[in-house]
Amino acid sequence: MRELSCGRTAKWAWGLAIAALAVSGFGQMPIFKRYYIADVPGLGWTADFYFTHKLHYAAGAVLLFVAFCALARYLKGRQAGRTSRRLTPMGWARVLVLAGLVATGAVRVIKNLPGHHFGRELTMAIDWAHLALALAFLILILVARIMRRPYARGA
Amino acid sequence: MNRRAFLKGAAAATGLAAAGPAAAVAAPDGPKPRRELATLLDLSRCIGCGACVEACREANDHKKPEPKKPFPAMIPKRVKVEDWSERRDVDDRLTPYNWLYVQDFEVEHDGETVELHMPRRCMHCVNPPCANLCPWGAAYKEDDGAVRINDEICLGGAKCRSVCPWDIPQRQTGVGLYLDLLPSMAGNGVMYKCDRCLGRTDKGELPACIEACPMDVQQIGPRDEIVRKAHELAESMNGYIYGETENGGTNTIYVSPVPFEKLAATFTPGPGRPGLGPVADAMADETTLAAALATAPLAGLAAGLLTVARGVARDLKDDGEGK
Repeated sequence: MRELSCGRTAKWAWGLAIAALAVSGFGQMPIFKRYYIADVPGLGWTADFYFTHKLHYAAGAVLLFVAFCALARYLKGRQAGRTSRRLTPMGWARVLVLAGLVATGAVRVIKNLPGHHFGRELTMAIDWAHLALALAFLILILVARIMRRPYARGA
Repeated sequence: MNRRAFLKGAAAATGLAAAGPAAAVAAPDGPKPRRELATLLDLSRCIGCGACVEACREANDHKKPEPKKPFPAMIPKRVKVEDWSERRDVDDRLTPYNWLYVQDFEVEHDGETVELHMPRRCMHCVNPPCANLCPWGAAYKEDDGAVRINDEICLGGAKCRSVCPWDIPQRQTGVGLYLDLLPSMAGNGVMYKCDRCLGRTDKGELPACIEACPMDVQQIGPRDEIVRKAHELAESMNGYIYGETENGGTNTIYVSPVPFEKLAATFTPGPGRPGLGPVADAMADETTLAAALATAPLAGLAAGLLTVARGVARDLKDDGEGK
């Protein structure tokens, strides 16, 4: 799977970005204060909506950097005949869900810029799609880990 | 002749129909206006009669919540219900049943005691954090600049109130979608606030508070024109402006003969009673971070190609990491 990553540091950055995105993403819902998580010493920030929102943006930038770095290496590696690895169905599912997350997230970022808004239906559709895709992404990770399904095969 | 007909007639007679308050909103059967509209409130004209408050209540009465009781038991118990259904007549603050109130001031200015009255409601921010940060897509902004909450899907988490610089939206428990989902464990009702008269403006009518005012305190129009008028008005009365730049700009612009700092100093903002202090752009950091998000993919591609060029890919293949 290393051909699909971008080095050891990037692998850590990827994992941390996913974790930060998950926490800050769920932190967009008013649940951490309600369910005492923000009361735990050191976790008060989880109830700060603005902080978690900015953290979500920053982690998103890290994730995009690592993803596109890996994409460049993978494509270059295939072009040079250095890898014949192929994504498994589980890998494709993960890539497609991630692409959906990035797309809906990008639309949300655009909506949040000054001078942009999308109206009632589109705002709702984008938010619900992003939330559903985030849940699907986490479920895929869990399924892959529990059932030991690889994301890619080949030499 | 009603007030609206009078305004339209007067505007047409003076050749100012395009700039008149009634012309600013959509024609009755026409498309919704795509221009961002703002309101200008001349506080020197307001006598605090409350006609706007009454008109707001009457025009929007059909949108007010009718909660189901008893309310679901909340889990955990720290989650408090917010029930205004037995106090619907409260009109000295914002509530789910009162989307506009008149705040009274008595301040010393230029050696005189000045009495002012200020209609308070949603500021309808140009880049509204309530709509940007709502995780459920319930809060949104219309093409005409009005910021609204979709009461059909709002879960009443009150995040919009938490992130609003003026704490405007108000919650009513026991109503809304959360009752059909996990009523005890998620959500707590629906958030309500001024929607700048949805149902009237989309039919070409003025917001009720503007139409009902006997003193012509308010006017509505394209934001750039309203900002220009606000500056002209402020200059003519040696006055002060609030709402033009606060939170990056709003579509509710007040002009007062007394500095807003003096007005703000007379009261302590509290629940349902928004402040009047300076407000920084709540979304400024996100706007900056958006640039990082836009450049991250390009930087990642460049980094990936760079590592390949340096032979890192060959090293990775050689050390058998791909197994």
